[in-house]
Amino acid sequence: MSSASAKLPRWVDVGLIPLINILLAFIASGLIILLIGEDPIEAVRILVWGAFGTEEGIGYTLYYTTNFIFTGLAVAVAFHTGLFNIGGEGQAYIGGLGVGLACLLLDGSLPLLLILPISIAVAAIFGAAWAYIPAYLQAYRGSHVVITTIMFNFIASALMVYLLVNVLIQPGQMSPESREFAPSAQLPFMHEAFAWFGVEITRSPLNLTIFWALICCVLVWTFIWRTRWGYEIRTVGFNETAAVYAGINPKKIIILAMCVSGALAGFVGLNEILGVHHRLLLNFTAGYGFTGIAVSLMGRNHPIGIVLASLLFGALYQGGAELAFDMPKITRDMVVVIQGLVILFSGALAFMIKPGMERLFLRLFSNAARPDTMTEA
Amino acid sequence: MTAIELRDINKSFGPVQANRNVALKINKGTIHGIIGENGAGKSTLMSILYGFYEADSGDILINGKITRIRSSNEAIGAGIGMVHQHFMLVDPFTVVENVMLGAEGGALLNKGIDKAREELERLEREYGLDVPVDSLAGDLPVGLQQRVEILKALYRGAEILILDEPTGVLTPQETDQLFRILKALKDQGVTVVLITHKLQEIMAVTDSVSVMRGGEMVAHRTTAETSKEELAELMVGRKVLLKVDKKDSRPGETALKVEGLSVIDSDGIARVDNVSLSVRHGEILGIAGVSGNGQSELLKALSGIVPPSRGRIELNGTVVTPERPLDARQFRDLNLAHVPEDRHRMGLVMAFDADESAILGYHRSAAYNGPILMNRTAIIEDCAQKMADFDVRPPTPELKSANFSGGNQQKIVLAREMARKPDVLLVGQPTRGVDIGAIEYIHKNLIAMRDAGTAVLLVSVELEEIMSLSDRILVMFEGRIVGEVAPENADERTLGLMMANASPVSYEQASGPGTANSLTQEAGA
Repeated sequence: MSSASAKLPRWVDVGLIPLINILLAFIASGLIILLIGEDPIEAVRILVWGAFGTEEGIGYTLYYTTNFIFTGLAVAVAFHTGLFNIGGEGQAYIGGLGVGLACLLLDGSLPLLLILPISIAVAAIFGAAWAYIPAYLQAYRGSHVVITTIMFNFIASALMVYLLVNVLIQPGQMSPESREFAPSAQLPFMHEAFAWFGVEITRSPLNLTIFWALICCVLVWTFIWRTRWGYEIRTVGFNETAAVYAGINPKKIIILAMCVSGALAGFVGLNEILGVHHRLLLNFTAGYGFTGIAVSLMGRNHPIGIVLASLLFGALYQGGAELAFDMPKITRDMVVVIQGLVILFSGALAFMIKPGMERLFLRLFSNAARPDTMTEA
Repeated sequence: MTAIELRDINKSFGPVQANRNVALKINKGTIHGIIGENGAGKSTLMSILYGFYEADSGDILINGKITRIRSSNEAIGAGIGMVHQHFMLVDPFTVVENVMLGAEGGALLNKGIDKAREELERLEREYGLDVPVDSLAGDLPVGLQQRVEILKALYRGAEILILDEPTGVLTPQETDQLFRILKALKDQGVTVVLITHKLQEIMAVTDSVSVMRGGEMVAHRTTAETSKEELAELMVGRKVLLKVDKKDSRPGETALKVEGLSVIDSDGIARVDNVSLSVRHGEILGIAGVSGNGQSELLKALSGIVPPSRGRIELNGTVVTPERPLDARQFRDLNLAHVPEDRHRMGLVMAFDADESAILGYHRSAAYNGPILMNRTAIIEDCAQKMADFDVRPPTPELKSANFSGGNQQKIVLAREMARKPDVLLVGQPTRGVDIGAIEYIHKNLIAMRDAGTAVLLVSVELEEIMSLSDRILVMFEGRIVGEVAPENADERTLGLMMANASPVSYEQASGPGTANSLTQEAGA
C-alpha cells in the first residue's frame, strides 16, 4: 500500500526546498541572535559582506569551498553505493600526509610541474588506502563502515601526532611541524597567479587547487553517470539484490567506491599542504571531512549541488569568522551554532517540509488527468 | 438490506485519478467480488473503505448510515475488518496473543487472554474456524495464518470482511477451505468483499461481482448470470484469449542438466534438496509448487546468484559444482537468461531510467561501452528498439522504471532477457501482478522463444499458467521434486495434492526424464 504520492517538479525538489530550508535555518539563527540582544539583520549583513564583500573575503570563501567540494564529493561517491563514509576527515589527513612526504622527499630535485601531478597521485593513493581498510572490513568482514571510518579518523589523528612529534618535526623546533618545502613544492596562490597576468588582487589562501576541485566535479559526474563502473556503483547503491542478479560483485564495488571516496577526500591535503601551509602540520583538516557530509546531503550527492552547497558553507565559515570579529556578543561558538542550524535544517531535516510542499502542489496543480497511467498501491 | 454503499467516490494522487465517481452497493450477508486489473483502483477503493486514505469526495454508507472513516480504528468501529494480502501477524506471538493485539483490555494481560480464548472458542464453533490457539503464529502454514487474520477481524466485531487477494499464497486445497469458511461466514450474516484478479475465484464463491477498470466501476453483475469471458472482456475493455494457443513442442538436445542439486541456507536448511532435472532445447519445463518451497532458490542456483551446496549443473557443456561455482555474470556468458521472480527487488532497478534497467546484467557488453564511457546513444536506441519489439507503454527510454505499470516493467525485463536469443531461459512468475492483456502477450512470447529452440524453465505458482504453457510439469515441495506430470494428465486437483505432498498416489521422488509420464510425453511429441 505504498502511497502513490505525486512527484514534485524537479526545480522545487532541488531548488526551492533547499532554499526554504536555508531560510528556516537563518530565521532560527536570527531568533537566537535577537535573544542575545544583537540585530539579526545587521548580523546577516556582516556575514554576507564578510564572505563576499572584499577580495580577501571572497578568497577565503573560495578557499574553504575548495575543501568542501573535495569532502562533499567524497561523501557523495560513497553514498551512491549506499555507504556512509564518515571518515573523510581521516582520509583527508592521510592524503595530506602523503602530499607532505612527497614534497619533503622531492622538493629539492623536481620542478613544480612534476611535483604537482605526483602530489595529486600521492594524495589520492594515501586517501584511498586509508579508506580501503574500512571498505575491506565492510565488504568481507561485515564491520559497519560508519563505525570503522570514525575509528580510522582517530587512528589517523594519533598517527599524525606521532609522526610529527617524533619523526617529521624540524630539528630544533618546538611546534610539531615539518620544515617548510622548497619553492618548487609550493603551489601558487591565486593572487600570485593573477599577478602573472598583471592583475593585482588581495592576498588570501585561495590557490590553484580550486581548479582541480572543479575538474574533480566533472570527473565524478562522468564517473558516476557515464561509465560502467558508475553504473555498477549506482546499481549496488539502489538495489544490491538486483546487482547480484546482474552479476555485479557488491564487495568489489564497495571497495572501489570507498577508494574513490577516500582519494577525493585526500585532495584536501593538496589544498592545505601543497597550496597553503607548505609544510606538514597538525589539525589542518579542521572538520572539513565532517562538514562534507552536510555538503553532500544538501547538494543531493550531485556535483552541481555540491559546488553550491560548498559555496554556502565556505561563505558561512568565512562570513562567520567576520561576524565573530565584528559583533563581540556573537562568539566563535555562536557561529558554529549558526552553521549547525544550517546543517540541521538542510541536512537532517531536509525532508521535513517535503510532504507539506507535496500537498501544496497537489492542491495547486491537481487537474483531472487520465487514470490509465496510474500505479496501484 | 445494504451493508455498504459507496456514492460517487473520487480519489486522486496528484494528476492520477485512482477512483472516479465510484458507486457500489453490497447487500448484507453476501459475498461480493471486486475484480479488475492491476491499477484499476481496487486497492485504493478498499483503502478508502478501511480508512487508509480519505476520499476526495463522495460518501460511504454503512448499514444505510453515512459514515466518515478516517482511520482503520474508525473502520473497525464501523464493523469493517480487513485481511491484507501480506499478513500482519507478529510471528513470535501465539495465535491468541495475535488475536487480542490492539484489544488487550487493560494493563495486565491475563483477563484479556481469557476473554480472547473464550471468544475464539465461540468463533470456532460458529464458523468452523479452528486454529491451534497456543501455537506461535510464525510456525503456522500460510493457510492457517490467514485464518488467524480472519479471526482477528471477527474478534473486533467485524460484520463486513474485506479480503485483498487472499488466495495468492494458498494451495488449491487451502483455497477451497478458505471459500468454505467464507460461505460459513456468509450464512452467519457476515458480508464478505473479495478483491481478486482471478476470474475462477469470482465464479466459484461470489454472489455478485463488480468490475473496475481505469479507476471506474464499469459493470455490476450477478455472478450466476455472467461468465468468465464476459468478466475478462469487461476488465480489459476488449476480447481476451484466455487459452494459450500453441503447437506441440519439438524438443532437441538437452540444454540444461541438473543432478542432485542442493542449496543449503545459512541456517543449515536445504532449500533445494537433491533436485535433478533437465530441460531440452525447444521445450518448456514447468515447475509447480506453493511459493516458498524452494523454487526461488532453485532459480537462484541455476542462474549463479547463489552457489550450489551439492550436486552439479551442466549448461552447454560447462559443469558447475560447489567446488567450481560461477557467478551470475558467467552464467549469462554461457548464454543463459533469467527473468527473476521479483522484478521489483531483482529484475529492475526502480530508481533507474528504463534504458538503464534495460541493460542490467548486460551493461558490460561491448555494444553499450566505449573504452571508458558508456555509449548513451546506443543504450537509448537499444532500449527504444526493445520497447518497440515488446510493445512497452509508454515507449520512453528516459522514463523511470518505477513509473511503468507492472506489466510494462515485466515486458522490459523479458525484452532484455530475450534479446540475446538465449539457449536457456529461466522464467520466474512471469505474469505476477501483470494485467490480463499483458499476460496474453507474455505467454505468446514465451511460446515463440520455445519454438525458436530455447530451453525454457518456467516457475510459477499460477497452476493455470503452468498447465497451459508447459510441455512437462514437475512439482516441488519443501525443496524436493515430488513428481512429474504430463500437462494432458494434469488438473488442479492432482497438482494441488502433489503441491501439498498429500498425494494419495505415491509419486517417485525426483523422477527424471526417464519416468513413464515423460516417456508418453516424448512419444507424443
